Amino acid sequence: MIVIVDYGVGNIRNVERAMTKLKMEVIVTRDIEVIDQAKAIILPGVGAFRDAIGNLIKYDLVDCLKRNAAKGTWIIGICLGMQLLYEKSYEDGEYEGLGLLDGEIVKFDDSELKVPHMGWNHLIKQREDELGKDLSDQDYVYFVHSYYLQSDNKEQIIFTSSYGVDVPAIVRKDNIIGMQFHPEKSGAVGVKILKNLKELIV
Amino acid sequence: MLTKRIIPCLDVRNGRVVKGTKFTDIRDVEDPVVLAAFYAQAGADELVFYDITASNEQRDIFLDIVKKTADTIDIPFTIGGGIRSLDDFDRLMKAGADKVSINSAAVNDPQLIKEAALRYGSQCVVLSMDIKKNEKSRWDVYVKGGRENTGLDAVEWAKRGVALGAGEIVLNSIDTDGVKDGYALEITREISESVRVPVIASGGAGTMEHFYEVLTDGKADAALSASVFHFGEIEIRELKEYLKKKGVEVRL
Repeated sequence: MIVIVDYGVGNIRNVERAMTKLKMEVIVTRDIEVIDQAKAIILPGVGAFRDAIGNLIKYDLVDCLKRNAAKGTWIIGICLGMQLLYEKSYEDGEYEGLGLLDGEIVKFDDSELKVPHMGWNHLIKQREDELGKDLSDQDYVYFVHSYYLQSDNKEQIIFTSSYGVDVPAIVRKDNIIGMQFHPEKSGAVGVKILKNLKELIV
Repeated sequence: MLTKRIIPCLDVRNGRVVKGTKFTDIRDVEDPVVLAAFYAQAGADELVFYDITASNEQRDIFLDIVKKTADTIDIPFTIGGGIRSLDDFDRLMKAGADKVSINSAAVNDPQLIKEAALRYGSQCVVLSMDIKKNEKSRWDVYVKGGRENTGLDAVEWAKRGVALGAGEIVLNSIDTDGVKDGYALEITREISESVRVPVIASGGAGTMEHFYEVLTDGKADAALSASVFHFGEIEIRELKEYLKKKGVEVRL
């Protein structure tokens, strides 16, 4: 069973719809007992980091997510959900994240760039991974974000995208996966990535 | 590289797409969901729906279209038209819209931009501006479908909107809209250079070259059009191949 964590931020139905279309059985919940039985936990999210981590604390989900990550359950963070996996974010202040992965979330600071980084951008392969199966450097995915991951753990970065800096687009450390873009809004390429994810986690 | 976006716009009244269409390859061109799916398939990067419905009952029909569209397509879409309050925002976001655009309501109550951005994040809040050149060659912001001049300067209003939290601007030039004589390049460039959020140019596309101009000289991040796509005068794939050949980064 796959759980999409409903922690009261943004529009998470689109992720559910995309996964259901691929015949994945998903449950949208914030019930810890249900989450504890999941094989994979999806952490979606749009909006602000502060509200998101605040809600995870409010619903008592921080320990639950850490515990499940430690026992090897798949944890997949999408967009803001990916940023939550890291140690710290500097979005409108300084906030601690889940700390499942090492790195910090910082603002695009090139004054020549439009922020948010909004629209379709190339995926650039950094290393082989099941998640990148059948993807080419000609493939585009849809991004919407104003902050990005800075991390020294280059070996965890599977795809980047270029926007003034190298923006980590897909990251993975064992059972922990993050996607900075929106696979559910990335047309046929997004479907391909979700299919790869399905093969991995189901 | 981040690509320039091509965005078809669908005006919807009483549940149907307005403006005549002549597609040979789809049957019900007035069904917004069918047309949305067609455009998504044809290579559109995003879609914009404007609800031009008059009455409240018919707004429920529109909400249902938003839900069905979210179920059907897997590219982002923006909803605009008649959004007055945070409640309207909530309803549309819950129905599956990725972004909501506000126009007159933002002029009446600029705090709406801020409240919506705080709740959903700037990336969901699009400030749509109807603008027209005045006798001093500056551009004024209009509301009520272009009938009322607010006296606001377009560049100043854009900056203020972004400062309040708008994550994107749609710039619709009233003078060029429907004329098919090209986008309003100068003001698009000026606003694009004045704010740090993406700017979508709207109003005036008649040829593929017009798209090229506004995405290069006009410094727009995206170009929106209704009629050239609806009437089948320009095909999205063909347009993108043309742009790519001319050195513009597009998603093909």
